[in-house]
Parts: sequence; C-alpha cells; structure tokens
Amino acid sequence: MLADFLNYEFLRYTFITGLLIGIIAPLLGTFIVVRRLSLIADALSHVTLAGIAFGLMIEKLLLITFPPLYSGMAFSVIGSIFIEKLRTVYKTYQELAIPIILSAGVGLSVIFISLANGFNTDLFGYLFGSVSAVSQSDFLLIFIIFIIVVLIVTFFYKELLTLSFDEEHATISGIHTKHIHLLFIVLTALVIAASMRIVGVLLVSALMTLPVAAAMRIAKGFKQMLFLSILFGEISVIIGIISGYYLSIPPGGTIVMIAVTILLLTIGVKRSRKSQQEMREA
Amino acid sequence: MNEPIITMHNVSFSYQNKPILDGINFELPKGKFMGLVGPNGGGKTTLVKLILGLLKPDEGNVTLFGIPLEKFQERNKIGFVSQKANSFNTGFPATVFEVVSTGLTAKLGYFTFFNKQDKQNILRALELVDMSGFANENIGKLSGGQQQRVFIARALVSEPELLILDEPTVGVDQENVKRFYELLHKLNEEQEITILLVTHDTEIMTEYATDVVCLNKTLHFHGNSEEYCSLSDKDLSLFYGHPVTTIVHHS
Repeated sequence: MLADFLNYEFLRYTFITGLLIGIIAPLLGTFIVVRRLSLIADALSHVTLAGIAFGLMIEKLLLITFPPLYSGMAFSVIGSIFIEKLRTVYKTYQELAIPIILSAGVGLSVIFISLANGFNTDLFGYLFGSVSAVSQSDFLLIFIIFIIVVLIVTFFYKELLTLSFDEEHATISGIHTKHIHLLFIVLTALVIAASMRIVGVLLVSALMTLPVAAAMRIAKGFKQMLFLSILFGEISVIIGIISGYYLSIPPGGTIVMIAVTILLLTIGVKRSRKSQQEMREA
Repeated sequence: MNEPIITMHNVSFSYQNKPILDGINFELPKGKFMGLVGPNGGGKTTLVKLILGLLKPDEGNVTLFGIPLEKFQERNKIGFVSQKANSFNTGFPATVFEVVSTGLTAKLGYFTFFNKQDKQNILRALELVDMSGFANENIGKLSGGQQQRVFIARALVSEPELLILDEPTVGVDQENVKRFYELLHKLNEEQEITILLVTHDTEIMTEYATDVVCLNKTLHFHGNSEEYCSLSDKDLSLFYGHPVTTIVHHS
C-alpha cells in the first residue's frame, strides 16, 4: 500500500510533509486549546487563504512563477500581529479580534480571486488539501518552519506552560508575557501556513484542535497530553493521506475524519471505563 | 526593629476618578506575619496589586526590600497566592508537579531547563505543604483546600522571602482553613518568611498573625493582634464605616 509513496517523488514529499505537520500542528494546538484560543487558528487560516489568493493572482496577472505558500505565510504572520494589536484595542472584548480578522481574510480572498478571474484547481487544493501539491520549494519552506517551531517550543516550553496555566501569576513573577505571547501567535501563523498544503485552509484548525481535544480526555498531565496529541495527529495524518490518495479524496477531509474518529473513541473509552468503575463500586 | 520588607509612603490611588486608597503609610518589617483586613471595596486587593507592581500609584511611592518598586527586579523574592477561583481553570490538564514547576520558570530565566536540583526543590516545596503524595495527580481532581496548598508550594518553590496571599481561603472548608493557618504559621516561624495576608477570617487570623492592619480607603488601624482583639465593636464600626458585631465562635 505504501509502495506508491516510496516510488513517486511528489508523494514522498507529501508524506514527509504530513509527518512534520502531524507533529507541529498538535504541538502548538495543545497550547492554543488550553489557552482557549482555538478560534484564532481559524481566523489565521482565512488570512492565509487571502495570502495564497494574492500569490495566485500575481502568478496569473504577471505571468510569473510565484510560490503562493510564501505570500500565504507572510499574510498569516501579519494577520497574527494584527490580532494581537486588536486584542489590546478591545481589551474587554478580546474575542472580537477573531471575527474582524477572519472576515477581512475572506473579503480579501474574494477580491484577489475575482481579480485573477475566478477559481482554478490550484485554489481547490489550497481549500481542502492535496496529496500531489507539495513541491520541492514548498517542502523546503515547511521543513524550515518545522525546525523553527520545534526549537522555539523546546526552549520556551516552561514559559509557555507557565503563561498558559496562569497568565497573572506569570506576569507577577516577572516573565515578559506580552513578548512570549507574540512569539507564540507568530509561531501559530507559521504552522498554519505550513499545514495548508496538506489539510487545506478550511481544515487546518481541526488538525490543531481535534487531536488535543482527544488527548485531553485521557491525559493526566500537560506533557502527557502533548505527546498524546502528537501521536493522535500523526495517526490521523498517516491514515488520512494514504486513504485520501487511494480513494481520490482531498486528504484534508480524510485526515480530519480520522481525527474525529479518534476523538469519539477516546470519549467512548472514558465513558466505558467510568461506568465499569461505577459498576464495581456499586 | 527589623529592616522593612515593604514600605508605602503616602500612597494614593484612584480608579475612574474614584479614590480607592488615600495617603497610605505603612511598613511591613522582616519576619512579621501581617493580616490585612477591611470591608469589601476598601482597597485591599488594590493595595496588593500596587505592591506587586500590577498597578502604579497616582501619588507616593512603594519600596520593596529597600529598593523603589520601579527599579525592583528580584521578583522571585516575592511569592504570591491569589484567590484560587480567580485565576485558575480547573479543567487545565496539568499534574501537581507541573503546576509547582511553573513557580520556578521566572527564577531560572530564559533558555534554561529544569535540572535534578530543581526537581528536588519542587518535591521539597510539596513536602512543606504536606502534598508530596500528590505530585503526579491531576490538579483539577483535588479538593479546594488541597489545590490551595499546591498554589502555596508554587509560591514557595522559588524560595521567596515575602509571601503575599489575597483571600486564599475563599472556598476552603472550615477544617482546612485551620490547617492552612497552621501552615502559614510554620512558614513564618521556621522558614522565616515574611507574610502579608489579605483575609476576611478575622477571628482565626488574629490567632496566628503577629500584626493586623485595617484598611478602608485609609489605614484605620495598625498594631499587633492583641491590640486589634481588644478593640471594641464601636471602634471596628468606625473602621468599617458600618455597624460591626464581633461573633466569637466556640468550637
């Protein structure tokens, strides 16, 4: 079954990229979920779409080759900084930043797509993911993002945990919470841009939140939750990419449905364990 | 007299043009266990936030360990325990060990990792608060009193010289409140940690605290526990701005 993935270069890139984002998306997702920022990932993915639409437009209008992933990443990072600014403007209504950025992203996307004379198959791949879309230059960019994310999370792990658990306490103890938070949001933007090719704009946030939601059901501590999230993320990506390829379905759909299945299983396991325990006690 | 750990000189603070604190002067000398009482809205939490540097005074100045607050850098000398319910998400999936470890983050600084010694310090802090058997438990599964002891361990793990607690016993049952005060007393006596405790449990607090301060916009009383206990209901009513009756619990 894996033979095609070993034989064709483009599939190999897709597969390795999948393995990389199966690590970094749940890794950052863990912090996003516990900080109750899940919707920020959604907002940023729509801004990334605007960046990609911009790149496709430039390609079409100027007739040059321009990797849209780069403009997608640039938009995503700029969007993340805007979200932070907006959150300080609306101090008591911080969640307002999310719909503002999300609609701005979709609005810009529509404009760029129209200027480029409408939809094409490329764009479909960006929306739902694609198994054949990862070019060598995409792979290189995603690999660099992977290294940056893993290094920064490793070095700032204790600060990120402290900030996530209790922001007030972190500030009082002298941690530069604002800087750490900005760093974290920019990393999120990078991960979203990196995951785009495989899972698509509309489903990126699912890969960051569903494995975490499943891990949260069974993990005792934070580190355990982190590793379980990554494990669930990897399982979803591997089965999702392979089945998507053989069934000719965009991998975004299959990956997310595998993640949903894992989530339902963890809920089921916990329920049955609980009822068994109650039966024993009764 | 011991050197002062906290000094407030003529401190005033107002919020949206409403004065909260007016001309506060007080000193907390090293080694004391001070209880801070007063009516709701009397400015107790504001005072704590000024000391912690979360708010800036409109007038006057605050000195910590002899250093003006604006220049004070050694944040790890201060341990802070807040009202648990305010800053804590009970669903947070962390073990007790992980929660206490966050108390070391700032002290260790950026680009460092926990080493063996740090891990031992975390276990020792848990031992100090009688929670060593719970290191690998999920924080959300513990009772209110146990969680509060874990938060004390988090404050203690950086080996602070000053411990500030803002109504830490809210939501803790009566029996555990007593245990809680015994723990504070032990920390004050054996570890020589200076304590500032904001509380409503006046009666039990006066059994353990060395000093009492009563705050209602201005400082109304500053003395030792015996002096506070000898105040009449009439005096207290003046401080609180409304009639007060002392209720003595006989257990």
